[in-house]
Amino acid sequence: MSAVPGSPADYDIAVALPRNGVTPPGRAARGRWMDPAFEWLTRLFALLVFSILGAILLSLVAGSALSLEKYGVSFLWRQDWDPVKEQFGALVPIYGTLLTSFIALLIGVPVSFGIALFLTELSPPWLKRPLGIAIELLAAIPSIIYGMWGLFVFAPLFQAYVQPGLIATLGQVPGLAALFEGPPLGIGMLTAGLILSIMVIPFISAVMRDVFELVPPMLKESAYALGGTTWEVVWRVVLPYTKIGVVGGIMLGLGRALGETMAVTFVIGNAHRLSASLVAPGNSIASALANEFTEAVGDLYFSSLIELGLILFAITTVVLAASKLLLSRLARREGVRT
Amino acid sequence: MKRQCCAPIFCPLAVLATLTFRGFKDVLNVRRSRALGFAAAALFCVSALAADITGAGATFPYPIYAKWADAYKKETGVGMNYQSIGSGGGIKQITAKTVQFGASDMPMKPEELEKYGLMQFPAIMGGDVMVYNVKGVASGAITLTGPQVADIYLGKIKKWNDPVLAKQNPGVKLPDQAISVVHRSDGSGTTFIFANYLSKVSDEWKTKVGEGTSVAWPTGVGGKGNEGVASYVQRIDGAIGYVEYAYAKQNKLSVAKMVNRDRQVVAPGEDTFKAAAASADWAKAPGMYLVLTDQAGKTSWPMTGASFILIHRQQERPDLAKEVLKFFDWSFDHGDSMAIELDYVPMPDSVVSMIRAAWKQQIKDAAGKPVY
Repeated sequence: MSAVPGSPADYDIAVALPRNGVTPPGRAARGRWMDPAFEWLTRLFALLVFSILGAILLSLVAGSALSLEKYGVSFLWRQDWDPVKEQFGALVPIYGTLLTSFIALLIGVPVSFGIALFLTELSPPWLKRPLGIAIELLAAIPSIIYGMWGLFVFAPLFQAYVQPGLIATLGQVPGLAALFEGPPLGIGMLTAGLILSIMVIPFISAVMRDVFELVPPMLKESAYALGGTTWEVVWRVVLPYTKIGVVGGIMLGLGRALGETMAVTFVIGNAHRLSASLVAPGNSIASALANEFTEAVGDLYFSSLIELGLILFAITTVVLAASKLLLSRLARREGVRT
Repeated sequence: MKRQCCAPIFCPLAVLATLTFRGFKDVLNVRRSRALGFAAAALFCVSALAADITGAGATFPYPIYAKWADAYKKETGVGMNYQSIGSGGGIKQITAKTVQFGASDMPMKPEELEKYGLMQFPAIMGGDVMVYNVKGVASGAITLTGPQVADIYLGKIKKWNDPVLAKQNPGVKLPDQAISVVHRSDGSGTTFIFANYLSKVSDEWKTKVGEGTSVAWPTGVGGKGNEGVASYVQRIDGAIGYVEYAYAKQNKLSVAKMVNRDRQVVAPGEDTFKAAAASADWAKAPGMYLVLTDQAGKTSWPMTGASFILIHRQQERPDLAKEVLKFFDWSFDHGDSMAIELDYVPMPDSVVSMIRAAWKQQIKDAAGKPVY
């Protein structure tokens, strides 16, 4: 890891904390107990993270015991969701969560990259600050606003002008036809994915901009001096130098997309049906929870909803772990090359 | 409990007490009104001396319960704190005894009442209406029967100019357009009334889908809350949906007429809701388990529903239970005009006297004496 610039190892400053009661000379008497107390306090805070995580996991598992017992692993690929007959399965919401997040990143990542690139390399200085602040403001808008805007403004426009076009063009291409089948409702998986992409762009682009600015000017100047174009400099110098930060930013965005609740609930259509079509209504884990928790009367119903929460927890963990793994692989390859 | 606010020492104490009490409750069931309660406690320090009534449950009757509570407090000084956390939450809270009464849009079955030692009574009525968005067709122009609505929601009637609908609506120009079905995505008493009605009029609906606050919809898109359904219906050309009557009325949506059990065409309104409640036979319903859908009567609206109050039969704190019953007693006497103002339908007097008799009969303290 230490081969990668910007990794925590670079910032590891050895702090001389007194250990085993050995007080460095010249320190006030107070330090004798203040320092260990402070050390323990910070340790306690750090442990708090683990205990909260553990407590959440425990209560999720305990809460979903009933449905875990009844369905076991098959819960993951069961399609039914019938509160009346008490038949539950997670396939539809899992599919919806992953698909909408995928669409969000598919659109969000290139756009964010463009924004960050423009801001750090191409933008005239007078535009930098207002544009940067505008992006940060976008990140601060509560998700319910995005949801309302999506439902009342975006969906009608999308339905009237974009969807018929999509269905008439891409919907006629063999192989893609199944993806754009159905009447243009304006709401559905694609709309949810698009709204999500708008929501993740400020997160990803803000992180990308910050890490792009950390690239030492000397590296860039040298690359330009060798005759590199802006694109070459960014692709060959800036990106490799900052890839940990970039992947981190994308993961931050993905995290938001996976767990986003209100905005998705408004525009996804909330139908527990599996459909290959992107314009068809679907459901996501978070929006199913938001919709159904308050009125979930049966024990199994309640427990199945909690298990959905557990699955979302697991998905997030897997995504995080995968990104860490990816980064360490990259780092290792780096080590071989140099 | 009329008393002057003459003890300034008590006021801050009472406010403090309310504050801490509320803090606990917020931890228990989240949501709403710490600030409100605090302000109320500060204003009416008299009432803080008397015990406030607490209840939780259905969201549908929340506006009227809040209005009653406000008026009741002005008159008696006793406050009622109602948290609209949903019917499911209301049932959970009352069985856990964290509140003095629960509220549910879906009546509990007699055997469930027995199991938890609860009694229930209806407190307020409302109903569902069908709303639609068909170009060139005015509000009230379309008439539907129950089985037709069931077939639309089962995905069997797919177009507005379907022969069945055309025959039902001669003279109305129904377009050759797909019907987009809109339903609630969140669990809701509105859905319960709707699904219950369809189960009564369509065997296929009953076996395939059934009734509940949320069901497995065979077709359509789901909107969150009445406003979600309404906005989808208004947006999508050729859409149909169901919302609460009050919501449709206040937002001037296009509402369909319905054919009721006596094969009469009726429009939704206070009279038709009341007719449905009046023709219901409450006396023969064990545990007051009665859903007002598909009632007989020439002017009965077919999708009428009542919202229920749940309370423990055996009371550990008879004084508090007495306050709860006093509150509803007062509301039945004085609350009708307030209910109508908010487009709810008050319970008919005949039903109210039965409810009062049931209180005497069923709600007892530890010694077996009626609490009210």
